Amino acid sequence: MTLPPPLLEVADLIVHFPVRHGLLRRRVGTVRAVDGVSFTLGRGETLALVGESGCGKSTTGLALVGLVRPTAGSARLDGASVAVRGGARRALARRMGIVFQDPFSSLNPRQRIEAILRAPLDIHGVGRPRERGAAVAALMARVGLRPDQGRAFPHQFSGGQRQRVGIARALALRPDLVILDEPVSALDVSVQAQILNLLADLQRDFGLAYLMISHDLGVVEHVAHRVAVMYLGRIVELAGRADLFAAPRHPYSELLLAAAPLPDPRRRRRLAPAEGEVASAAAVPAGCAFHPRCPLATARCREGAPPPLAPRADGRLLACHHR
Amino acid sequence: MRRALASPSLVAGTAIALAIVLLALLAPLVATHEVAAMDMRNRFALPSAAHWLGTDNFGRDLWSRMVAGARISLAIALATTAGAAAIGTAVGLVAGYFGGWVDLLLMRITDIFLGFPAIVLALALVAVLGPGVTNVALSLVVVLWTEYARVVRAATLVLREQTYVSAARALGASPARILLREILPNAAGPIIVLASLGLGTAVIAESALAFLGFGLPPPAPTWGWTLAYGTGFMREAPWLSIVSGAAIMLTVLGFNLLGDGLRDLLDPRQLTRAAGASKRN
Repeated sequence: MTLPPPLLEVADLIVHFPVRHGLLRRRVGTVRAVDGVSFTLGRGETLALVGESGCGKSTTGLALVGLVRPTAGSARLDGASVAVRGGARRALARRMGIVFQDPFSSLNPRQRIEAILRAPLDIHGVGRPRERGAAVAALMARVGLRPDQGRAFPHQFSGGQRQRVGIARALALRPDLVILDEPVSALDVSVQAQILNLLADLQRDFGLAYLMISHDLGVVEHVAHRVAVMYLGRIVELAGRADLFAAPRHPYSELLLAAAPLPDPRRRRRLAPAEGEVASAAAVPAGCAFHPRCPLATARCREGAPPPLAPRADGRLLACHHR
Repeated sequence: MRRALASPSLVAGTAIALAIVLLALLAPLVATHEVAAMDMRNRFALPSAAHWLGTDNFGRDLWSRMVAGARISLAIALATTAGAAAIGTAVGLVAGYFGGWVDLLLMRITDIFLGFPAIVLALALVAVLGPGVTNVALSLVVVLWTEYARVVRAATLVLREQTYVSAARALGASPARILLREILPNAAGPIIVLASLGLGTAVIAESALAFLGFGLPPPAPTWGWTLAYGTGFMREAPWLSIVSGAAIMLTVLGFNLLGDGLRDLLDPRQLTRAAGASKRN
């Protein structure tokens, strides 16, 4: 069986931010936001990046769309490097969209919806200028908005409607890949389902690949094909959705799943309380970054290089000395 | 709209500013005499039915000269403010958006201009350039653009972090497009407020230049020069200085009230919007 080449191939992506201090802006430290992340994403597939706040999942997404400059490593979309600037970056923008978490700040309050949705077409000169109005109307209809709502301003819309606009904007250039940065976490639960269903429909109709960044495991279980669990800038476990949710193997994955509320109040999990604080990405512990909180930690975990993300017999990738 | 009417300073400022602009626009119609017409038998005439505000040392009608002076003051103030706002906004947008050494360079240049006492710099410039409406306006632009640059830069620093700016960048929008389409419309509030206050500042500055003899040369009926030569006739005709001084004061008051009112109207929303900046991850 030969697999088709993946749409997106991320290898050892590193994003470090310098911490500067004082009059001379001396570099006093480094925030290792993304510290060697590798994964692949196929056409039409949804890969979820999950983890706690500050684990680097959003930064990974921002680096892919060029909003954050990678320090090292590579990311290739259909073989073309993503870490480029200028004209090549503009060309990539046609193939990669992004939907942001906050549907309020992601739309310019001074622009009408039709202007917001027309912008991608204008920027890339898609179609004849006279035809763009019709393209915008079609786009709005596709995400469940009435074309006459194009004259409205964002503040006249609800959060769910605004997120539909955000999705339409990401789809305007017919990308292959859409990065969903917490696309529903700012929405009411009742609206979340509508947006998730819309995203599923769009994925089916356009063959979209999604990189879904989320901390909501309920949402992830609903939409993802595969799940990558991140901790302090690294992927610690990457597995199929069913495998991961049935039996997480990395101690951090276990902790994360145990912390998620269950829908049935009688089915209580025995809570293994998280010990210790999440370490800061500005001071990543030596060895396995998770060792200060890990019940399995041994001397081997505390020093040397962090355990590599290696394939296991059951097909998943795992970065742990003990599992 | 209701909020606008509830602000006394906005209503009063708009009324005063509108009245003076109308007088200036209609100057040829509302003037009762030729601006330059001298009448040596009627020197220092007291205000009367024939000369509403009296006459000066050449017997020229002061009312007619005041409305003609309004034209000069407002024309220079408008040109100055438009020029200063345009330059300052461009500098502020570029400095705030690009940051780094671009910001450093542009802001140090701004500081150099701010370091000079404004009126002295303007005097020197007019002295070099020579008199004339254009040269006076040009000199005032040079000393007044800095405030726009600083305010617009500050607004841009906040706005460039907004998610919709990131969205535009992710779509491949050029910096020019981002500045003009995404950032400038959202910075318009502070610029409008500053410009209406700036009109008052420009009127004062123009009058000060004229007072010191560096405005439009006589016989141009500038308020500043009327105020200046009026001081020489304080005994014979105190109304010369009083009326021209009042005209300057009223105009500046009108624009300042207008600006303050606009700030109250626009700013709170602007500030809360800026404070609601996005959280990440």
